[in-house]
Order: sequence, then structure tokens, then C-alpha cells
Amino acid sequence: MRRTVAALLRKELLVELRTLQSVPGMSLFAVTTFVVFHFALNRNSVEGDLAAGILWVTLLFAAILGINRLFVADADQGGFDGFLLAPVERSAMLVAKALTLLGFLVVLELVAVPAFALLLLGPSLGGELPGLLETLALGDIGIAAVGTLVAALAVRTSARDLLGPLLALPLLLPIVIGGARATSPLLTLAHPTGPPARWLLTLGLYDLVFGLIAYALFDFLLED
Amino acid sequence: MYGKGLRALSIATVAAMTVALGLVFFYAPLEAEQGFLQKIFYLHVPLAIVALCGFVIGGLLAIQHLRTRDARWDMRSYVAIHMSLIFAVGTLITGSIWAKGSWGHWWVWNEPTLVSFLIVFLLYATYQPLRFAIEDPERQSMYASVFAVTAGAFVPLNFIAVRLSSAYLHPRVLGGTSSLPGAMALTFTVSLFAVALLYATLCKYELTAKHTRAQVRALRRRLSGEADTTRRPRSAAPVLHATAAVTAAARTAGRTGV
Repeated sequence: MRRTVAALLRKELLVELRTLQSVPGMSLFAVTTFVVFHFALNRNSVEGDLAAGILWVTLLFAAILGINRLFVADADQGGFDGFLLAPVERSAMLVAKALTLLGFLVVLELVAVPAFALLLLGPSLGGELPGLLETLALGDIGIAAVGTLVAALAVRTSARDLLGPLLALPLLLPIVIGGARATSPLLTLAHPTGPPARWLLTLGLYDLVFGLIAYALFDFLLED
Repeated sequence: MYGKGLRALSIATVAAMTVALGLVFFYAPLEAEQGFLQKIFYLHVPLAIVALCGFVIGGLLAIQHLRTRDARWDMRSYVAIHMSLIFAVGTLITGSIWAKGSWGHWWVWNEPTLVSFLIVFLLYATYQPLRFAIEDPERQSMYASVFAVTAGAFVPLNFIAVRLSSAYLHPRVLGGTSSLPGAMALTFTVSLFAVALLYATLCKYELTAKHTRAQVRALRRRLSGEADTTRRPRSAAPVLHATAAVTAAARTAGRTGV
């Protein structure tokens, strides 16, 4: 299992490095969205609830771009068939794809969070960075698990570009609720505090439940 | 036979609905603050409870489908979710009317139950498009079941998340039946029972109709004595196994002497 996952992961990263079709697009999208928010809200700087909301909505939509593309090459160019012919566990593909998506999200945030701090955020991040990283990490795990499942569900339908986001948005709403509520006290001007524990717990619970669900159900999506 | 017991079930539903409506209008006391408007509670809350239970049941039936690979479980799961969606629309409409009457707005964001219900509804609204976008019937039923299980697990989790997001700001409007006076609790229980019966009856009707249609198609094919060459129009509804439908149809045909 571990070797299979490692091999698949290497393949995914090689493909991404050679084609550069997901991560640069996601990052550029996030930065552009911050500019759009600046003009749409007519604000030079944001803080608190508004800042947390903008950050999470942008990350969510950028993640959906990546989710939409996650399995396209496998569906169109025979990646699924090749994988199914190999005598390996099928869950390996879920793990590899989820780790790939997680990697994409981390790179996306390495670009998007500094850009957000630079372009829109009023208060400086400084002291609250560990709390923010913690929240982002928990959110990313959930997005990666659910995103992989949704991507596999949508990719072999005739309306894949439409169904992916339609399925992903409501399913990922608890992540946005938890993420935004946990982040907003970090980004207030007056007295920034750490993320409330109950929101981190909610995110953790969500990650756990949907990680298990994705693991249990993914095999059925690969059958033919 | 799928139509078996349908008449008894229908009569029981009509009777239960009549009793429930009678209780709502003539027995249950008027609520002190909201007056007559509060009576929509006896329709709105049972609809919501039954719809949510139906979504979860759809998920459980889908698990059964994934385990057995029997298309009939997929059909049951589909019907359960389909009916729940219709009940959910009813819930949202009655909820809106109630919100307009008692709070003055058609939609209220600080009522967590309402908001989580909308999210669940939006998620399940993609169930039919998902089915419709997959042409191969086997894969359609497989993917639909995966969706139904995921969404079924999402229902309680989503309620936790939304409830938490406003738990400290807004106390619950209705804290379950325990806080209701006796007459109201009785009326509510009967209404809940009646709406649940209505749900079961409608599900049974839909299942029966789907099976009958499959049988008619199989019989027509036998009459014309050739393989079914006409392409079935693409549909979001699951297809029953042709063999099962044909044998059932053949049995019926033998009995009636076609």
C-alpha cells in the first residue's frame, strides 16, 4: 500500500510539474479574487469576520478549481484503466490523490495568505500565525478528503465541470463555517485571540468523519 | 407484488391525516403569543423531521445497495430521497410562511435549524442532476449510492456545525415536545405520525408505479416478440433489472392468460 501510494504520488507530482495545470492557476485565481474583492467591497483593508470570510471563500473557490481538474487526466487519458489493471489496492489512489490535493492546497496557501496579508488585511498577522496555520491545516485535510471523493464522483459524468462545484459547495460548507469562525478572532484589529477550541474540534470531527467515509466509498467509484 | 397493501395504507393515511387536521384545528389550544399562525407548526415540523429521516434512510438503503449490488435497493434509495426532496420543499415553504408571520421576514438567518435545512436541501438538489449526467445505468446507480451515503452522513454533521455557529446567540425557539403542554404534544405526535404515513404511502405509490411501468414494458416486448431495440430515453430514475421485470411480467401474463 505504502509503495503504491508513493509511486502514485510521484506520478501526480511529475504530471503537475510538467504540465503546471493546477497549482499556478489556483494561486493566480486566489490573488485575482482578492483584487476583485477590493473593488467589489470598495475597501482598502478588511478585518475580523469580513477578512476571515474573504480568505475562506477565496481558498474554497480556488480549491474547487483544483478539485475539478484532479481526475481529468485519469479519465480522459486512460489513467483509471491503467490503475485498475495493476494488482494493487484501490484505496491507494484515494490516498495518493488526497495527498496531492493537500499538497496543492498548501502551495496555494503559501501564495494566497501572504498575498491576502499584503493586499487586503488590516491587522498584521505576526503573533497569530500559529493559530491560523492550525486552522488552515485542519480545513485543508477536510477539503482534500471531500474534494477527492467529489472529484471522483463528478469526473465520469457528462456534466463534470458543473457537478463538481455543485456537489462540493454544500458539502464543504461546514469547513467554511468552522474555518471562518475560527479565523475571525485572529484577524481582528482590537484584541486578536487564538482560534476558539470548539471550532477546531468541529473541523477535526468533520475531517475524521469524511476521511473515513471517503475511504469506505472510494472503491465503488473505480469499478467498471 | 408491489401494489399489495397499497389500498389499506392509503386509507390509513387519509384517516390519520383527517384526525391530525381535526386535532390541529379543533382540539389544540391557541398559542398565547402567535395565535392561529402557530398551527403551521403541526405541519412544518413533521414535514421537516420526516424529510430529514427520509434522507438518512435513503443513505442506509444505499449502503444496502452497495453491499448487495441489488438494483431494487437503489430504487428504494432513489424513491426515499425523491420523496424527501418534495417534503423538503414543503418544509421550506411552510417555514418561510411561519417566519414571515412571526418574525416579519421570509427568511431568517439566525435560526440554525432553518439554515442547516437549506444547506441539506441544496446538497440533495444535486442528486437528480448527478444521476441524469451518468448514462450507464450500472454506474449511475453505483455513483448515486455513493452520493446518498455521503450526503446521509452529512445531514447530522451539518446540523452540528450550523447549530454551533449560533448556539450562544439565539436560544432554540422550540425545544422539542417536552416543553409543550399536553394537548399540543398530543396533536404534534398525531401530526408527525400522519405525515410519516403519508411519506410511506407516497413512496409505496412511486415504487409500485415504477415496477408496473417496467412490467408493462417487458410485456409489450414479449407481445411484439422481439428484442427491445428502442432506446430508453435517458433518465435520472434507476432502471430495474430487465430479467426481474420480465419474469415478474411473465408470471402475471401466465395468470391472466395473455
